[in-house]
Amino acid sequence: METTIKSQDDIYRPHLATVLKSEPMTAMERFFELKLDSGRELGNKPGQFVEVSVLGIGEAPISVSSSPTQKGSFQLVVRNAGNVTRAIHNLKPGDKLGIRGPFGTNFPVEGTMKGKDIIFVCGGLGLAPVRSAINYVMDNRKNYGNVTILYGCRNPVERLFINEVKNWASKDRVTYTETVDRGDENWKGNVGVITTLMTDMSVDPGKTVAIVCGPPVMYKFAIMSLYKTGMTADNIYVSLERHMKCGVGKCGHCQINGLYACQEGPVFKYADVAEVKEAI
Amino acid sequence: MSIKRVDLATLTTWIDGLTKKERVIGVQAKGDRFAFGPLARAADLRLDYDVTILPPKTFFQPPKETLMSFNKTSGYQSVVEDKPFVLFGVHPYDMAAILQMDEIFSQGTYDVHYMTRRKNATIVVVDVYRVSPNVFAGSMGTSHIEDGYDILITKIGDDYLVDGKTMSGKSLMLGLVAAPDASESWIEQRKMVWEYNKQRLRKHDLKVPPSKWPKLLEEGYDNPIWEERANLCYSCGSCVLVCPTCYCFDVRDETNWDLSSGERIRVWDGCMLTDFATVAGNHNFRKDKSARFRHRYLRKGKYVPTKIGGQIACVGCGRCVTACTANIANPVEVMNRLAEGE
Ligand SMILES: Cc1cc2nc3c(=O)[nH]c(=O)nc-3n(C[C@H](O)[C@H](O)[C@H](O)COP(=O)(O)OP(=O)(O)OC[C@H]3O[C@@H](n4cnc5c(N)ncnc54)[C@H](O)[C@@H]3O)c2cc1C
Ligand code: SF4
Ligand code: SF4
Ligand code: FES
Repeated sequence: METTIKSQDDIYRPHLATVLKSEPMTAMERFFELKLDSGRELGNKPGQFVEVSVLGIGEAPISVSSSPTQKGSFQLVVRNAGNVTRAIHNLKPGDKLGIRGPFGTNFPVEGTMKGKDIIFVCGGLGLAPVRSAINYVMDNRKNYGNVTILYGCRNPVERLFINEVKNWASKDRVTYTETVDRGDENWKGNVGVITTLMTDMSVDPGKTVAIVCGPPVMYKFAIMSLYKTGMTADNIYVSLERHMKCGVGKCGHCQINGLYACQEGPVFKYADVAEVKEAI
Repeated sequence: MSIKRVDLATLTTWIDGLTKKERVIGVQAKGDRFAFGPLARAADLRLDYDVTILPPKTFFQPPKETLMSFNKTSGYQSVVEDKPFVLFGVHPYDMAAILQMDEIFSQGTYDVHYMTRRKNATIVVVDVYRVSPNVFAGSMGTSHIEDGYDILITKIGDDYLVDGKTMSGKSLMLGLVAAPDASESWIEQRKMVWEYNKQRLRKHDLKVPPSKWPKLLEEGYDNPIWEERANLCYSCGSCVLVCPTCYCFDVRDETNWDLSSGERIRVWDGCMLTDFATVAGNHNFRKDKSARFRHRYLRKGKYVPTKIGGQIACVGCGRCVTACTANIANPVEVMNRLAEGE
């Protein structure tokens, strides 16, 4: 029987969950829908992550990709990057895995973002965690202003959530643009790094919040482009990946100088990390 | 009065009694050095040791420990080691380190594995009488300690002052009821031992008080010393493995041959090792040796202190100084150098 987490409980013990869906997304990424065996809601806030255990293999931190507005189950996007993630890829509906969390900070959907125009800047797999915030905003549409979603990938076949993206793009007051570093014979869209999408964005800096999540190289350039629109570090949020083992502030792996990415992050207000040397 | 004055014969009889009744871990000779280990009899105990090879943290956070067992049908079950023991002969600087670890493992998210072992421990601290070659606890304010232990033993002349601080300490001392209470003048003499040790336990001449470390390190972030010293670093991790205040870890699964059951284990890890901060895609957030070298110092002198009420996470045991074959790990040298720029 599952109980609510008491302080004396074992913070390292995963709770069992069952795979409801496992679908390929790209050559490297699979989509998973899971349900906690306890019947309890995961209770994640957009941008948080869970520690996923595969019995006998190990544990890896993975962002929750679904919005908490979706009840009864939650979703992950997993890139095959090594032992644990490969083992997750092999799971089929009905298989069990272990879940700890949710952990970490979240995108301020009920805070600073409320009532504002929002720019989502996502690179590659960075769309997976940001999707939880995008869907949260879509499900509470009246609470937010104009929404701009920028998505950059290395090439067209790496794009995630192609159908869902079309649905977002069709909505009122939503602008969606995408780009790839290299096109292929069928690609008719933009070619170039994500910042090429940001040159002629019209932004009202005083009433806009930006969310940035992508590979390590992306942040500096994306933030420079946001600065050019007049935005300041106070209204930019970044989600930063680090090596994580425990998720609860003990193992030391996730430190960004003095900050613990597992507890004080992964979502940081840029103003809080702009001067932290190891951050960006 | 719970402070007893005990001669060597009485002390020996008492400790022999303890080894029969309790699981006692004590300091013993290991070649020409010293180590904590299960103690069979008082004669093996070496209260005159200078420093142990590994700190006593191994009994609270072992180099390898089982966090849980798992199997395909019932999932994950926590494994918590829950056996009382007596840790005999801890030096004050190591006790100071244990208190820091207690704070780390209990604050915020409670680590039931560490804390259960800790609660099961009755700790006997012994004031240093043989000084190790690299100790600088005298400069770090950890050459003596007045709190946190269960029993404190101080050698004065040929006799021992045995001071029971806690209930569990006092109950272990029931075997000493017949011994005379220590007189006021003896208790006064203990203060002199503390004063004396503060002076003696300074084998390296630290020129900056610990209170100044955080600021010095912050300002010294771009100091050339990191690069200079780290050039010689082997990234072997010895300096962090022997450190009583280092607690970083890795977690792994070990699967049995049936492939459906096994154990999740926790092992020591350290920020000086090359891949400590590497993530998928082979991106290493502390790729340069100098960045890892600097991180260790900033952690000791700035990052961890902010988590534990300002105490510096170096207790001056000097183990890293001895362990480092490249001869670059000495905190005193680094802090003195940073201070030179002042
Ligand atoms: C907050 C956070 C959110 C993440 N969200 C997602 C997500 O939504 N989808 C996704 O596919 N991936 C995500 N990752 C990355 C994912 O955690 C790593 O790909 C995974 O841990 C690799 O483990 P592995 O056992 O498969 O690889 P391994 O075989 O262990 O190693 C492959 C590489 O991954 C590195 N690595 C190992 N363990 C970790 C770790 N705990 N954290 C980071 N890198 C590690 C290794 O150093 C090595 O370079 C996230 C990471 C973090 C920190
Ligand atoms: S840094 Fe060195 S001297 Fe300081 S506590 Fe650790 S091992 Fe001892
Ligand atoms: S012991 Fe010396 S050589 Fe080894 S990692 Fe530490 S500083 Fe580098
Ligand atoms: S992941 Fe272990 S301290 Fe952050």
